[in-house]
Amino acid sequence: MSSERVVIVGGGHGGFQMAASLRSEGFSGGITLIGEEPGLPYQRPPLSKAFLKDGDAARLHFRPQAFFETNNIELIPGTRVSRIDPARKHVTTATGDAIGYDHLVLATGSRNVRPPVANLHLDNVLTLRNLADAADLRARLSGARHVLVIGGGFIGMEFAAVAADFGVAVTVIEGAGRLMARTVSGAVSKHFLALHEGRGTTVRLGRFVSELIDDGTGRVAGVRLADGTRIDGDMVLIAAGVTPNSELASEAGLAVSDGIDVDEFLRTSDPAISALGDCCNFPDPVSGNRVRLESVQAATDHARAIARRLTGKPAPYAAVPWFWSDQSHFKLQIAGLGSGADEQVALEPESGGLVVINFASGRLLSVETVNSASAHMSARRLLASGRPVAQADLAAHNYNLVDYARAV
Amino acid sequence: MPKITFVSPEGGRTTVEASDGDSVMQTALANGVEGIVAECGGAMMCATCHCYVDEDWLARTGTASDEERSMLDFAASEVRPESRLSCQITVTGDLDGLTVHLPDAQI
Repeated sequence: MSSERVVIVGGGHGGFQMAASLRSEGFSGGITLIGEEPGLPYQRPPLSKAFLKDGDAARLHFRPQAFFETNNIELIPGTRVSRIDPARKHVTTATGDAIGYDHLVLATGSRNVRPPVANLHLDNVLTLRNLADAADLRARLSGARHVLVIGGGFIGMEFAAVAADFGVAVTVIEGAGRLMARTVSGAVSKHFLALHEGRGTTVRLGRFVSELIDDGTGRVAGVRLADGTRIDGDMVLIAAGVTPNSELASEAGLAVSDGIDVDEFLRTSDPAISALGDCCNFPDPVSGNRVRLESVQAATDHARAIARRLTGKPAPYAAVPWFWSDQSHFKLQIAGLGSGADEQVALEPESGGLVVINFASGRLLSVETVNSASAHMSARRLLASGRPVAQADLAAHNYNLVDYARAV
Repeated sequence: MPKITFVSPEGGRTTVEASDGDSVMQTALANGVEGIVAECGGAMMCATCHCYVDEDWLARTGTASDEERSMLDFAASEVRPESRLSCQITVTGDLDGLTVHLPDAQI
């Protein structure tokens, strides 16, 4: 048994996967997993979907308590790390305990942005990031009549879909000119706009909220837009994006820009410290650009790559990014990163759904699909192969990704 | 509570109690059954909770849906007619005694 100790700060998807992968890769030293939230590490994606409907928190746990005991993973929940001392190689918790490390992994994730809107403190103004948020949202949703969602990204639209299912009136207010603009192409935005409007949701695009309106008792009664328009509502969800939790790293003197800077091996500027998931920015193996991804896939694949490196099998990070969002009966899936696309082919297969293929300089860059799992998985396989896929070759297969992936 | 038996690739049998409404995948994780990874947590975004339904039970669990089959195409182990994603099988009283076999690899 090695006497080395890996300390992981953050008990989300990436932190949990880090601990699990270290053991599955054969690491025999000590593993300490420190999480800010109470209880066992849990799945976050269902918080804006299934959990709002079934409210079953126990189903969210990655693994039961026994898993941590069996695998000799020391889990320290409900504990915030307040400082890293890279010279002495230890972290200090908010309660003053020092925990020494040989290698430190920062999996601190991200937190919700508080947009510059007046009166955010009002009652019934909620956010959604963790289990406690989701439980609160779920409890209040049943009593709401008209929910206002500020921000038309994944979380805002997933919540809007669930709220509509509850029979609550929903208005989404988005500053950009289209939905989910940061992550999807115009064709997909349009598709989802029609879907949500078709279910009775009102979507106000290119509109900014300037203040929340007090009903006179400290509870929210609506919002006022920058153009002066008032929209009434008795509950508000702020879903205006996230910002990386990188303060711990910057205070320790690590290089930080949009998140903690890491190299292609997920190492920070201190070789004894790695960072993963939402809180780090890393070189995209395809474009070479530095990117910061907010996804389960990045967090878990980063963790696996770090675990392999710490057990003597280093390789540059090269996983294909993928994302998903479930909104009502529509499953959006994305393979690859679409930024830099210069050409797009959109198809509506006979089986229903939507397939949008993005190219850059005649090569396959990313694929967005709605209710087309086979096209999505084919795209992931093609992008992971490392072989460039020429647009002309796909065109020769009528842009049928499944056929093409089978043929090559 | 319905009982479910998981059979490892080596033939080891683990029988656990399941809760109605949970998936077979959730039942495996909650009881520490090894061999189910469930990377995406049941969102049908991966194929790491692959199992083979014992042929005696296939009529009751049903076979994979088209979307499930698309994901199974990317499973790490051989896909057979009785292959299912265990996150897509919901436990009911009718499945008391269900036996599923686990594949050699999930990743």
